[in-house]
Amino acid sequence: MELLRLTTAGSVDDGKSTLIGRLLYDSKSIFEDQMEALERSSDITGEGQVNLANLTDGLRAEREQGITIDVAYRYFATPRRKFIIADTPGHIQYTRNMVTGASNANLAIILIDARHGVIEQTRRHAYIASLLRIPHVVICINKMDLVNFSQERYDEIRQTFEAFSTHLQIKDITCIPISALKGDNVVIRSEQTPWYQGPTLLAYLEELHISNDRNLHDPRFPVQYVIRPQTDEHHDFRGYAGQISGGIFKTGDEIVILPSNTKSKIKEIYTYDGSLDEAFAPMSVTLQLEDDIDISRGDMFASPNNLPHVNQYIDVMVCWTDEQPMQVGKKYFIKHTTKNVPCLIKDLEFKVDIKTFNRETETTSLDLNEIGRVSLMTTIPLTYDAYSRNRFTGGLIIIDPLTNKTVGSGLICEPHKETPPIEKKYDDYII
Amino acid sequence: MKSLSLTHLQALESESIHIMREVAAEFDRPVLLFSGGKDSICMLRIAEKAFRPGAFPFPLLHIDTGHNFPELIAFRDTRAAELGAKLIVRTVDDAIEKGMAHEVPGTTSRNRLQTPTLLAALEEFKFNAAMGGARRDEEKARAKERVFSFRDAFGQWEPKNQRPELWNIYNAKIHPGENMRVFPISNWTELDVWGYIAQEKLNIPKIYYSHKRRVFRSDGQWLPVSNLLSPQSESEIKELDVRVRTIGDITCTGCIESSATTVKDIIAEIAAARVTERGSRADDKVSEAAMEDRKREGYF
Repeated sequence: MELLRLTTAGSVDDGKSTLIGRLLYDSKSIFEDQMEALERSSDITGEGQVNLANLTDGLRAEREQGITIDVAYRYFATPRRKFIIADTPGHIQYTRNMVTGASNANLAIILIDARHGVIEQTRRHAYIASLLRIPHVVICINKMDLVNFSQERYDEIRQTFEAFSTHLQIKDITCIPISALKGDNVVIRSEQTPWYQGPTLLAYLEELHISNDRNLHDPRFPVQYVIRPQTDEHHDFRGYAGQISGGIFKTGDEIVILPSNTKSKIKEIYTYDGSLDEAFAPMSVTLQLEDDIDISRGDMFASPNNLPHVNQYIDVMVCWTDEQPMQVGKKYFIKHTTKNVPCLIKDLEFKVDIKTFNRETETTSLDLNEIGRVSLMTTIPLTYDAYSRNRFTGGLIIIDPLTNKTVGSGLICEPHKETPPIEKKYDDYII
Repeated sequence: MKSLSLTHLQALESESIHIMREVAAEFDRPVLLFSGGKDSICMLRIAEKAFRPGAFPFPLLHIDTGHNFPELIAFRDTRAAELGAKLIVRTVDDAIEKGMAHEVPGTTSRNRLQTPTLLAALEEFKFNAAMGGARRDEEKARAKERVFSFRDAFGQWEPKNQRPELWNIYNAKIHPGENMRVFPISNWTELDVWGYIAQEKLNIPKIYYSHKRRVFRSDGQWLPVSNLLSPQSESEIKELDVRVRTIGDITCTGCIESSATTVKDIIAEIAAARVTERGSRADDKVSEAAMEDRKREGYF
């Protein structure tokens, strides 16, 4: 059984929590005591139905204010797949939470209220899904019951979204007309939409092809931890433990250790369950090398004919997540793969006006939930790929050295010299 | 060509190994909470996979309420010895004696008293990262907690101010006196845990399997009769074939009627179950926000 990670985004009244409640309820993932607790919480909707939104809104303040505060994780499984849902709120702190939920997702569900169509918030969510390179996006056009299941209305919204999405970098977009409240086309095919020939949401989630979502082309292994038992039995054992962040490694493969640029060969791929001939992303393994080389946490193994970039100067699209704005000239820590490195913010090239997608170049600070392109200098070189090529070697977090808070997340851009000529109008705000 | 995909259990396991290694690399004084329960049994197998052939780079810690199922304690000691791991036990009784914890008159469950005992143990050994086997599917407040959950100098959790957590990068930076709670199996469900126990052929305490036990009905569940807790009249006691689904303090852990004698039986039973795991824990039934309140105080 495969694991599919998805994230949901929508504004307060789009019925996002209701949709998740519906998926859990109709796939029989809600238990009796949870139903009892829902009934006890006396949130019965006008039509005598239990409020499915209360299944996901867990913290007291959330129930009191009727909002979702933080990313909530939900789990359900069908005989075909196991699903992890990162449910992210749609209100003020949307960026911060949405990037958290989106970072590992194979798929994003974006909800649109059929009565309102594509609104500013839909564009923002789609933009973030594109920025974070979520491979698949499903547009659920919800509350179809409130527009009489009109095909015309559905087509109109779909066309508006598709026209807008040509400016984004989303590989795969699917639209589904649903009613989360009534259950149409969520798990059970609706009789109200005979004009819709596509799958129900659950059928789509079960059948989607996801094994190409990972990077299996560029071998990348950040050394996480060095295992040296120094016991009588294993006195020569020196293993480099870590999670493969790209590609495939085979026993006997020649590798380059970066940033030192030394070469060696893989002697053994050690695991607790025995040696392997090959291992691939995202497996956690322990590699032993032919040569005795000084290697430590933060170093990266790659293939000699497929190298990542090694540089101290990098350009990054940053989503700022702290109340204190980011300031040019200030020093922060960054954590990238398994490396913690001090850095200096050299320049804020522009920030993206998320309402209009225009660039603002006359700016020196990035506020909470703002996104901008930043030039950084690190004290030691980073070994990285562009985020668009590999999420795990192209993503980093920014940490405030005083408060230790995670104040930003960064998506590394291709180095300038390799950037292809810009043609399309929107390409420059997308990394 | 060989398949380059992982099963859901392989994917979850790899994520959990990565998290444990990250803790070992980033913190100088980590500890792993081990109770002998099914979740922490899986945690120990993950630790073996993360660090063998080396030794665990952390000791094990059990916060003993003193109200445990005796079978569990025996299992805990055996397993720690088999693995050659150092086991530290701190008891709620000690904490009460030292005045760090106080029993609330009229309550028998000591789950809440684990909090001061745990905080004192963390301070005593200067542990700055404590790994626990809590899962997000257990409860609504847990569903919103990060994998690396920052606790201030008082051990408190602030749900509104959690650090964003992206990809597989975890911010492990803390100031002296603060600590991190880390939940490597956050993304596992109850069924995943049992699937893993089956896959890895892990031993578990016998009380997870069907056995005859003297129980009595209290607030909709079967509670075990023990020297700490028994009904007002002997006539309420029944001897039934039961097993436990989750293990806490013996005074609040409900037993379920079951004939499951193998892991396979248990998986079949859970797959068909219509009540959540925590539905059999009286301590979570107090109010809808019971877990949230305990976590804010420093509970796991």
